[in-house]
Amino acid sequence: MANAPVTTRVDGPIEPVRPDDLRPEGKGLAGRIADVASHGPLYVILVLIGIFWMLPAIGLLVASLRTAAANADSGWWTALGNPSQLTLDNYQSLLANPVIQRAFINTVLITVPATLLVLFFAAMAGYAFAWIRFPGRDVLFLVVIGLLVVPLQLGLIPIARLYNQLGIFGSIVGVVLFHVGFGLPFAIFLLRNFFAGIPRELMEAARMDGASEWRLFFRVVLPLGIPALAALAVYQFLWTWNDLLVGLVFANSNSQPITVAIREQTRQFGANIDIISSGAFLSMVIPLIVFFAFQRYFVRGLLAGSGK
Amino acid sequence: MAEIELEGVWKVYADGTEAVKDLTITVGDGEFVVFVGPSGCGKTTALRMIAGLEEISAGKIRIADRVVNDVPARDRDVAMVFQNYALYPHLTVRENIGFGLKLRKMDRAVINERVNHAAEILGITELLDKKPKALSGGQRQRVAMGRAIVRQPEAFLMDEPLSNLDAKLRVQMRAEVLRIQQELGVTVVYVTHDQTEAMTMGDRVAVIRGGILQQIAAPQVLYDNPVNLFVAGFIGSPAMNIVEAKITRKGDVLTATFGSTELTLGDQVLSHHPDLERHIGESVILGIRPEEMEDAATVGGPVKGATIDATATLVEKLGSEILVHFEVDAPRVVTDDVRELVEDIGAITSEDLGKAAATNVSEFVAMVSPRSVVDKGTAITLNVDTTRLHFFDVETGIALGGLRATGKTGPPHSHGLVATHEQNPETEGDST
Ligand SMILES: Nc1ncnc2c1ncn2[C@@H]1O[C@H](COP(=O)(O)OP(=O)(O)O)[C@@H](O)[C@H]1O
Ligand SMILES: [Mg+2]
Repeated sequence: MANAPVTTRVDGPIEPVRPDDLRPEGKGLAGRIADVASHGPLYVILVLIGIFWMLPAIGLLVASLRTAAANADSGWWTALGNPSQLTLDNYQSLLANPVIQRAFINTVLITVPATLLVLFFAAMAGYAFAWIRFPGRDVLFLVVIGLLVVPLQLGLIPIARLYNQLGIFGSIVGVVLFHVGFGLPFAIFLLRNFFAGIPRELMEAARMDGASEWRLFFRVVLPLGIPALAALAVYQFLWTWNDLLVGLVFANSNSQPITVAIREQTRQFGANIDIISSGAFLSMVIPLIVFFAFQRYFVRGLLAGSGK
Repeated sequence: MAEIELEGVWKVYADGTEAVKDLTITVGDGEFVVFVGPSGCGKTTALRMIAGLEEISAGKIRIADRVVNDVPARDRDVAMVFQNYALYPHLTVRENIGFGLKLRKMDRAVINERVNHAAEILGITELLDKKPKALSGGQRQRVAMGRAIVRQPEAFLMDEPLSNLDAKLRVQMRAEVLRIQQELGVTVVYVTHDQTEAMTMGDRVAVIRGGILQQIAAPQVLYDNPVNLFVAGFIGSPAMNIVEAKITRKGDVLTATFGSTELTLGDQVLSHHPDLERHIGESVILGIRPEEMEDAATVGGPVKGATIDATATLVEKLGSEILVHFEVDAPRVVTDDVRELVEDIGAITSEDLGKAAATNVSEFVAMVSPRSVVDKGTAITLNVDTTRLHFFDVETGIALGGLRATGKTGPPHSHGLVATHEQNPETEGDST
């Protein structure tokens, strides 16, 4: 401040700043060990909860590795004491089943485009809602928020009619479009809010550096949005992959996803647990792989370091 | 490198805030001009209009003789250093600095060369492969500068670039910014609210208040010939002491009287301040800089007709000088200028100021030689350099006829520009 009556002057010689003087401090190994130790009981509890949560999945895996007869005779946990029961027969017969094969491919053909399209449109819309001024922007965004609370069951009948007229009822395209349509409001909402959190000065710096709107989007906003995009991708992927209702309504036997196909197995064969368990595990494992593949992008604080 | 001209520039925000009013400034090619003023006076707004980040409500801005009012920021060929650096967190230092060049599709070899050169100038070569989050504040500041340097733009715009650094680093970076500017010979518009920074860095300093340019001049001119009470109070540290004084003529001798103090004004004073003539027999506001007072005991005794007798209420020994606080028995001057200055400092509220005005006491500060033996509570006689007094109109706060301030002498760039004093009561005080 300019003229405070109590004044100090800094008149000393001016030395160059050495980078060493400016290095931020990190935490030593000892410090981190101390951290873990002090949280010991918490970790034990968390691990126990984790195991408890995983039990059904483990049970499913073990059951899928036993023969139908063995599963009918005894519980899956007996296999833990007798590993010789375990066999890959179920998977072999499952993967040899053309209905399941087809359904598996269908699920991929539905899920991947539905996820990519949602990401693509939501990223652009989110950017526009956050950073581009255009007439009616706020009203339009309110509409998007309103769509968040519309349950997809409401859309089933009108859209089935529409699809009939368009001739895409029962096709993969129809299923994909439905997922995209109902995935977009939340995706736009999430990404708009994330993009709006990017400091304004960062966007302005890029503009001054010569970035056009497109480049700003691709070179600055998208890279900074990676954590949100990754989270959204996983969320949308899981949602679509695990969907039964939409597939049941809009797909036919040629375009049905794996969830629908497995459900069909139950109807045909009653307690055909060997097929159900292996099919269910297979359909579960893919989203898990996706989740772990994207996990490293869920980095918090990607914006750190931009400002002071 | 280029001239930047602002011609009658206005900024009215959507909510009706008039942030910049009729701003006319020409920044010469290669010149370092500082915009200074209290927080909220419109400095950032003015800078952002030059940058192209804010629409210009009225008036014209020219960069290198081209009217840029409708030119988007990316095509104005100016670089900006932001207050909080605004580094791209996902890019390395090298990529941060080279980003603007890459967008302009420059050859990778050229980009590398320029980035390396800029890094050398800034002493951040070892940091080129780090991400911004691994850097300290000072290092980030350098990267932000580097981003501007490599583009070799027409001009640099800087918005309080040093305000996030600690005091010591700030002083070092001040010198560094100046060195770089001189090395590159680039035109710079630099915004700060710190008058010391403004005075030490600017070729010329533009003092802005409430969106209105008060005065633009070389630092020494601002200091010697402030056009009004606001500039006088804003420039200089500690601030100029002000008090209402009566100008009288006894025979041949002109005197300024406040409380029990009577200062004899020599012929020189009148020739420096010809307007004073018209105020004989009236009150004016008298300004005395702390540096223009000295402990009489350290300079061979009191000078007749140029002394203030005082009792030190507080003594700050700074080593190279001593600040002596004391009270004079004359009412405190309270004008809008003073109010705003006081609020900017945040020392006391303007309400307190009102109360203080009612008492018959003004607080003064003198900066005296470290050889002085003054102590808290002791009496001291201060010699005042009466040739260096400042006089202001009581009503308007406008300086009374400082020679250079009237623009009659001196080269075109060195004289002060007399700004019309803020007259509109509606806009008073809305700028803090
Ligand atoms: N986007 C805006 N909308 C409305 N008023 C604004 C906006 N930005 C700044 N202002 C106002 O304009 C005035 C000048 O602001 P600014 O240029 O940031 O001042 P400074 O940089 O000198 O502190 C202030 O009164 C501020 O509140
Ligand atoms: Mg500002």
